[in-house]
Amino acid sequence: MVSFLFKRLIQSVIVMFTVALIAFTMFQFVGDPINNMVGQDTTQEERDALRERLGLNDPIPVQFGNFVLKAAQGDFGRSYKYQVPVSELIFDRMPATLELAFVSAILALVIGIPLGVYTALRRSGILSKFIMTMSLVGVSLPPFLIGILLILIFGVVLRWLPTFGRGDVIEFTSWSTGFLTASGLKSLILPSITLALFQMTLIMRLVRAEMLEVLRTDFVKFARARGLPDRLVNFKHALKNTLVPVITITGLQLGSLIAFAIITESVFQWPGMGLLFIQAVSDVDIPIMAAYLVLIAFFFVLINMIVDVLYYAVDPRLRSDDE
Amino acid sequence: MKLRHGLMAAAAAAAISVAAPAANAETFKFAFQGNLSSLDPHSLNESFLLNTLGNIYEGLSMYDENLGIVPGLAESWETIEPTKWKFNLRKGVKFHNGNDFTAQDVVFSWKRALTEGSDQKVRASKIKAIEVVDDHTIIVETPAPNPILTSDLVFVYIMDKEWSEKNKATEATSPSADNTNNYANLNANGTGPYRVVEHKADIKSTFEKNANYWKKTNSNVTKVEFTPIKEAATRVAALISGELDLVYPVPVQDWKRLDEAKGVKALAGPEARTIFLGMDQGRDELLYSNIKGKNPFKDIRVRQAFAHALNLDAIKKKVMRGAATPSGLMVAPQINGHNAEINIPYAYDPKKAKALLTEAGYPDGFEVTMDCPNNRYVNDEKICQAAVSMLAKVGVKVDLLAQPKSKYFGKVLAQGGYDTSFYLLGWTPGTMDSENVLSTLLSCQNKETKAGGFNLGNYCNPKVDELARKVGSETDQAKRNAMIKEAFSIVKAEYGYLPLHQQPLSWGVSDRVTVNQRADNGLDFRYVNVNK
Repeated sequence: MVSFLFKRLIQSVIVMFTVALIAFTMFQFVGDPINNMVGQDTTQEERDALRERLGLNDPIPVQFGNFVLKAAQGDFGRSYKYQVPVSELIFDRMPATLELAFVSAILALVIGIPLGVYTALRRSGILSKFIMTMSLVGVSLPPFLIGILLILIFGVVLRWLPTFGRGDVIEFTSWSTGFLTASGLKSLILPSITLALFQMTLIMRLVRAEMLEVLRTDFVKFARARGLPDRLVNFKHALKNTLVPVITITGLQLGSLIAFAIITESVFQWPGMGLLFIQAVSDVDIPIMAAYLVLIAFFFVLINMIVDVLYYAVDPRLRSDDE
Repeated sequence: MKLRHGLMAAAAAAAISVAAPAANAETFKFAFQGNLSSLDPHSLNESFLLNTLGNIYEGLSMYDENLGIVPGLAESWETIEPTKWKFNLRKGVKFHNGNDFTAQDVVFSWKRALTEGSDQKVRASKIKAIEVVDDHTIIVETPAPNPILTSDLVFVYIMDKEWSEKNKATEATSPSADNTNNYANLNANGTGPYRVVEHKADIKSTFEKNANYWKKTNSNVTKVEFTPIKEAATRVAALISGELDLVYPVPVQDWKRLDEAKGVKALAGPEARTIFLGMDQGRDELLYSNIKGKNPFKDIRVRQAFAHALNLDAIKKKVMRGAATPSGLMVAPQINGHNAEINIPYAYDPKKAKALLTEAGYPDGFEVTMDCPNNRYVNDEKICQAAVSMLAKVGVKVDLLAQPKSKYFGKVLAQGGYDTSFYLLGWTPGTMDSENVLSTLLSCQNKETKAGGFNLGNYCNPKVDELARKVGSETDQAKRNAMIKEAFSIVKAEYGYLPLHQQPLSWGVSDRVTVNQRADNGLDFRYVNVNK
């Protein structure tokens, strides 16, 4: 177990290092940060001096080396645009993104699993067919469009829900939450549905496929032959056995929820890390972009690791191999 | 007895009228596409930041609602010698923290604006020395005679010396890592009509009315909330849904939607920004063209042909939805030195253009690449596309390279080595005076004098250079304007640039409020009123 974790840890470091390297190579194509940092009256000498002070004249490998050295000590530099430490900015925005991703994940599970079970059991029912068709729409419509549509319907026409922002938040020392105020909860509804929709349909289709598979297996047939009621067969025997892959996928998808929150956050002006990143791209705020990408890589690596450990705990065969 | 009753009634009425604004606390909410990235008035020379901070901080002079220069923290001024100005500072002005405003604050702020991280060095360097006569009188010495010093000083905001020293913010906030003086980056203490209550750089900023402001304002707004909203569609939705009172900019194509929606309208006044095309006239061979060994743009007939090939009315109608002002001059009507006579655009005459090209030796036209930003000006890429198709009609094949502004500016500006043959650019002189256009856009590129820094195509005429220099130091307004006119006439006759239009401002406003749309896209809270 320990050696397994250790191996994983080394792999994680390599992954993050690679992400940082790719990110740094890409930054050369984003554009010139200096023009976003000075006004039109600023002289060329001052522009050059600023470039020198920021170390932008150094060769890329040197810039990358400096970044890695400092990042290893937890220092991601200062944002060009906001002129405050990047780590401060990111930790300030993180609660918004995590709360959004968390609510979306719950929504996707709570709605996706029952729908998957239902469509598997009533394969030819009209309602099932309708749900399956709708799920196609959910998969194929881009989140940007869904977000705008929801804003138009519930924000502009019906005026039930706010069209942007996070509402009022309550600040704790290092966490700001929108869960405790009415406007915070109302503001969560549209963005979390937008973000959850894709995962919801994915989970639903996964559960349905797995259920159909399991329902055909011998032990389910035996269970039926034993005269067990449908409810017990379907939920205790069948569903339980479909959940292992569902847990894996959900875990992995949690990472994408955080990463793909970028689009949802920018449509709803949700003040999370994704919005910070998107803004940084147009401002060519390299320190923010670099830190964000490394952090997202870290999230993915961490979630993968947890999923692997869970596997380890769930599947006895893995354990016996190791010992 | 009757008299006494009358007096009491009058007193009561007075009390009510005084108390009324406080009783109805009016909140004004607005959104802009970008962030208020810093509260430090010397950190970044960006129009949204400076205009917004202008509600919190003030300079010695300031803009009125029409961009006219009016006294600000200086009550009055006079020139005692060509290079010496006497400023009488306003008495009884207090900063938001209660400190008195004195001459020491002016000296301190000027010096702070010259520190390493400051982006206001250009403006602050218009002052060579400040002599403090007494607490409310200073004598400012300029390096050279400067007729528009008070325009230069509008955005040199005055900070409180004591407050800055106490909070170790005596230097301008800078992104370079060794600067840790960022208290003023996230906190503010000005003399302006509004004070900062809360500020989170890219989330939300809240301002409240400064009850001790030195001048009575007509605004009934007691609280202002600002949220940056990046997506245009979200901004517009937030306005129509009634959550916000003002959003800007609104995409031109959404104007119709605003007009159809209830309770909101589009506000599209003219902006002081002129959009124009520039041509490389400096190099002996164009960087991006199929013509080798010579530069077609050095031939005045080619430039003239381009001028006659462009149909400015069509661009106005088709691309700008009728909301642009075609221009024949490099400055807008709001800019000092504008001249209606020279402002008549070049006539649209494709036949003449074709004939001129043939005469110049290009009967079949030629190929050239055009650089264009796609997220900087109103419909910038569409304007370029329109120009490309108009030039195609006279035989010039233009290859369009439209890029985001970060890429575009990195290529075409000085740091990219003016790497362009043909480009679109927009310009608002920061001083609202033609001198800035003459020296930065119309003077020959000159590394020593720093003139012509944004003259990307290096249009160069020594006569214009000389006029530009003289305009910079001539203090007689009539003579000065005559020289500006002469310079503009030369550039026009030589087809040095191809002005297109002044673009519209584009704000979406709720019927709940009235606002003043300043031509530099500035929002002055003092002119905002919530309708009852």
